[in-house]
Amino acid sequence: MSTVATNQQSGFIGKASNYLDERTSISGAVKEFGRKIFPDHWSFLLGEVALYSFVIILLSGSFLTFFFQASMSPVEYAGSYVPLKGVEMSAAMSSTLDISFDLRGGLLMRQIHHWAALLFVAAIGLHMLRVFFTGAFRKPRELNWSIGFVLFVLAMAEGFTGYSLPDDLLSGNGLRIIDGMVNAVPVVGTWITFLLFGGEFPGNDIVGRLYTLHILLLPAIVLIFIVMHLMFVIIHKHTQYPGPGKTEDNVVGFPILPVYAAKAGGFFFIVFGIVALMASLVTINPIWAYGPYDPSPVSAGTQPDWYIGFADGALRLIPPHLETVWLGYVWSWNILIPMIILVVFLLVVFIYPFVEAWVTGDKREHHLLDRPRNAPTRTAIGAAGVTFYAVLWAAASSDIIATHFKVTMEGVINTLQILLILGPIIAFSIAKRTCLALQKKDRTMALHGFETGRIVRMPGGEYIEVHQQLDVYDRWKLVSFNDNAPLMLRPNTKGKITGGMRLRVRMSHWFFEERIAPVSSVEHQLELENTHH
Amino acid sequence: MAKNESGPADIVPAAGHDTGTEIVLGTGVVSPDAFTDPGLPPHRLRVVDTDPKAAKKAERVVYALFYISIIGSVFAVFAYMFFALDPNDLNSVRLNNLYIGLGITLSLMAIGIAAVHWGKAVMADKEGVDQRHPTRGTEETRARALEIFKEADQESGFSRRSLIRNGLIASLIAFPLPAIALFRGLAPMNVDPNNELKHTMWEKGLRLTRDPSGLPIKASDLTMGSSFHVIPEGLVDLPEHEKLDAKAKAAVLLVRLEPSALNWTSAERESWSYQGIVAYSKICTHVGCPVALYEQQTHHLLCPCHQSQFDLENECKVIFGPAARPLPQLPITVDSEGYLVAASGFHEPVGPSFWERLN
Repeated sequence: MSTVATNQQSGFIGKASNYLDERTSISGAVKEFGRKIFPDHWSFLLGEVALYSFVIILLSGSFLTFFFQASMSPVEYAGSYVPLKGVEMSAAMSSTLDISFDLRGGLLMRQIHHWAALLFVAAIGLHMLRVFFTGAFRKPRELNWSIGFVLFVLAMAEGFTGYSLPDDLLSGNGLRIIDGMVNAVPVVGTWITFLLFGGEFPGNDIVGRLYTLHILLLPAIVLIFIVMHLMFVIIHKHTQYPGPGKTEDNVVGFPILPVYAAKAGGFFFIVFGIVALMASLVTINPIWAYGPYDPSPVSAGTQPDWYIGFADGALRLIPPHLETVWLGYVWSWNILIPMIILVVFLLVVFIYPFVEAWVTGDKREHHLLDRPRNAPTRTAIGAAGVTFYAVLWAAASSDIIATHFKVTMEGVINTLQILLILGPIIAFSIAKRTCLALQKKDRTMALHGFETGRIVRMPGGEYIEVHQQLDVYDRWKLVSFNDNAPLMLRPNTKGKITGGMRLRVRMSHWFFEERIAPVSSVEHQLELENTHH
Repeated sequence: MAKNESGPADIVPAAGHDTGTEIVLGTGVVSPDAFTDPGLPPHRLRVVDTDPKAAKKAERVVYALFYISIIGSVFAVFAYMFFALDPNDLNSVRLNNLYIGLGITLSLMAIGIAAVHWGKAVMADKEGVDQRHPTRGTEETRARALEIFKEADQESGFSRRSLIRNGLIASLIAFPLPAIALFRGLAPMNVDPNNELKHTMWEKGLRLTRDPSGLPIKASDLTMGSSFHVIPEGLVDLPEHEKLDAKAKAAVLLVRLEPSALNWTSAERESWSYQGIVAYSKICTHVGCPVALYEQQTHHLLCPCHQSQFDLENECKVIFGPAARPLPQLPITVDSEGYLVAASGFHEPVGPSFWERLN
């Protein structure tokens, strides 16, 4: 091959591009990705919000590291917040107060960082719900769901480690709760807390250690997982909602250059702008009002950051006296059971795509999303999960609920205990019935068309309302969904029926027994003939 | 019938249709009488595509917003300079935060809205269609990948030379062990957590003092129904880095009730109190929050973290919430000068449960 460029570029940009390409082969990337198509839908923005909040967190967090001192060495506060002047506190707390009161724009950066962190976890959660309810986790994206799940857990860990850094009264109590929970772990708990805190609680090391996790290890892991997550989005290409012209073999949307770059890039600034607006108008985590950590005082109505709420709520809902002594050792079921419930809940979230894949046995790739109504059992499972989470979350505010609505604390807790069990069951059946009803409505609409409101009197005196058939595009949206039917149990080639087969068949019945099949063209043809004659 | 590679081939959809393909459908149903895709609907023009005036306006909005963003940035810099922080005026913090923040907000939002509007209203509205390909590699690629592994195995003898392979695996398992040992250094070497958790500062004769002043308390200081937050004598004089560790275990709540209101399970327990004055550990037996809320009417102690309730009248037994054990009681009496002192240390470890608590 000749080294002489066939596309001779002139001008600075042309020459610069040529220089770069001859050294990096970047033109290949532009050719590959420049016109890559991305589908449009508001719900696809949720993941973007998560990504952008992470960028905002990195930017504002880097600023904060220049001023924050991750040390528990005692100092006497000498900053300009008068009520705490002369109070003994850790350097961490003191430097956080200095950022807030003695550094111009410091409070703004702290609040941007904290608001963006709250938004980060919220956006991940909503993005997961979108992926779940539309079935976007199906083949080939099961592994990307797992990666996203890890990001969700990492985001909570990032949030908690960051929340603990200022060493204020609330964060210290949060750490105390972690200490108490880890202590309950059989065999190794005592030693784990001892190693974590560098001795007894609270010790002098924990803030420095959490700082290393918060600004180095965890962000690095988050970044690696985000890169993997996005690589898979490129490899798989984005899913799209079903509609006319959209198939399992194509992607319909706008090219990265220029439209998608403008919209997504602009959206980053909008998200950043909204976070900045919240930070300028709404106070978050006013540590000066709580004071430095002291193991003795705590005020009523303390709340963790929202994403820890479900774990805190689980701790509150367990009934009293659950502790046993066995073989001379302490089994703290009042802490172990909530921890097990939380782990199992998260595990179910983690493995759901693999369970559904096993039940359906469907080996096709799915790039067209399901409308939630067209997967009634999955949607119902999701509704049950959301309800379970919501009850745990509400339980974290049981005292606030009690004082706010003037009801008894015990009443709130007991109600939530019952709701934790009944709520998901009720939510499951309501969601499933609603989905099936909506599917029936879709079916009627696809078959008979919509009601025009035009009443016609027939020659025989009979009144009818004229129905108007949908146009082909609208009808396609109602009839083109993914249909499933339960499996039949038959012996395998060896003439045996295994337990696994039974379970799978039973599960497939649970999923697909109640089934509204899409309208077929034959049915529709018959319907048309009936109404015309 | 649809083939099923993961399970027995005889598990079939109850209402499946023959697709005549090799694709495994599982429960999936593909109907032969399904509708056919009508294809992409006809392209709809935007207002800006048909009305040159609207197009011109959209263009103006986009560049106007970019310039407005500059105003926001400049405003934020001016706010930084002119809304300085005044150590004598807390309100200056609020104004500094507000105006720098609003400037930045304007700067960011204007760029964002301008770019999105540019993309939606000014750029060509040209939808595109990309074709997808199966995620799995082509047959040739997969065959070649397999071949490469086989060649590598052949050339290295990975499967054949099992002694080398097993040696490699064993050494890789062993090599992180020193790292695990190194992490032992996270906690002090010669201290047993088990022992630490079982002992507090309290011992016989140590005065009960107020938190945080450290002033001793006379029995007569406590009126009926009143309560004090208590730390042991000498805690305030500890070096700063030891103070919180000691306080996290030794904090005590002191309450005076009518002696007749207190119910005791034994005469010994009764002797731990003094004329209706009782001292209980303030560290919750659930996960260690301070049980700092005392309800005067009901004589209940409430933990604000997880709402465990303890009944002062009945040896601080748990009456509600997640806690499993009563708050440990500190035996108290008075010394010759009438000051309240500990009659002994706690008779059981305070605070949350831990594995070796009873050993």
